[in-house]
Amino acid sequence: MAIISNAVTMADAGAFSASLGSMTLIKTLTASNSATLSFVHGSGGVVLDNTYPIYKFEFINIHPSGSGSEFQVGFRDGSTAYDATNTTTIWYAYNFENDAGTAFEYNTSEDNAQVAGFAKITGAAQIGTDNDESGSGEMFLFNPSSTTFVKHFISNVNYVSDDGDTHFVTNHVGGYCNVTAAIDAVQFKLDTNNIASGVIKLYGIKDS
Amino acid sequence: MGVISNGTTLLDAGAIDSGVPTGAMTLIKTLTASGSSTLSFVHGASSVVLDGTYKQYLFKFINIHPASASKFEFNFTIDSGNNYNVTKTSTTFGVFHTEADNSASLAYKTAHDLAQGTGNQILSVHGDVGTANDMSFCGTLRLFDPANTTFVKHFMATSNFVDNGPTSMNPFVAGYGNTTSAINGVRFAMGSGAIASGQIKLYGIK
Repeated sequence: MAIISNAVTMADAGAFSASLGSMTLIKTLTASNSATLSFVHGSGGVVLDNTYPIYKFEFINIHPSGSGSEFQVGFRDGSTAYDATNTTTIWYAYNFENDAGTAFEYNTSEDNAQVAGFAKITGAAQIGTDNDESGSGEMFLFNPSSTTFVKHFISNVNYVSDDGDTHFVTNHVGGYCNVTAAIDAVQFKLDTNNIASGVIKLYGIKDS
Repeated sequence: MGVISNGTTLLDAGAIDSGVPTGAMTLIKTLTASGSSTLSFVHGASSVVLDGTYKQYLFKFINIHPASASKFEFNFTIDSGNNYNVTKTSTTFGVFHTEADNSASLAYKTAHDLAQGTGNQILSVHGDVGTANDMSFCGTLRLFDPANTTFVKHFMATSNFVDNGPTSMNPFVAGYGNTTSAINGVRFAMGSGAIASGQIKLYGIK
């Protein structure tokens, strides 16, 4: 912005620039019975390169179209497939609404060991399908454009499961894409069924 | 600031700032390792702000790569970096899974917690950060209200790293600096050897 009075420039463009904060919303995708939701660098206004050293995805009320669904993430490392090899850890804690059971444990049946495919970011039980049931959480992806290091990611998703009695689950996943190629796209989906509704937001955390 | 032209106030003081969303997360300082024995953020030094300006501070670790396999650690100072020896009590647990799929666990790590200890707090619980060219440590550390002179100083850290296994490690560290003095600096280092490369960014959360 410039302020000019009687042809005299009193303030040049940029003189009033203010810090706009370090977390920038890049893209919001809203599910509507969607098989997948994909964030592809250079497509639909998505930025997923070295513009930011850290990216954050937020999941808001991911609601499956049918029962038995687990939420997953896949990473693209050069081809069109979301098949970047990854190794993950996955653990959870849960508590039943009827207080019938609790758990705090590693989930060996849901982790990945050098899998060229999707990684589960929920998994202790399936996300519920009652109208008020959903999953919400976040995932950080570190330095996806690095061509030196593996690509670390950390996620935490809370959800309501109606797998058996209704219960709350907090699910934690850590891992890395064991590739030195840049990750230029991330795709989310349910292992079965569609994402009936829900929002995923992609933020960039600024470098400077 | 006000902008006045021919006696007419065009903009009042604060008019521009009030209309521009400034965000809730502000990058304060980036430190880049290059064979560095330590990386330190001290209030008032090199433009670092670590006082009552923000109620929460967030450190981000981006591809911390050690010169030799070692643990990634931190400590606090209350005397502007003269001593890094704040008393701390913490919990440390972590999850790991080998690439070979022959071992996986979620476990508390008693050897890495502190009970009124003044030494460094280990962040890479359960293992050493690996040294292969593509191995590194990434994560976050939150420090709450470090300038408070009434309460202890809480911190929470989550990260992911690769050890030489190779194994994916996902540690969780939480605790508090058991001091009512203001914390005015944080220092990061490897347990032994230097930080060959990597960045640490300090943000203030409004």
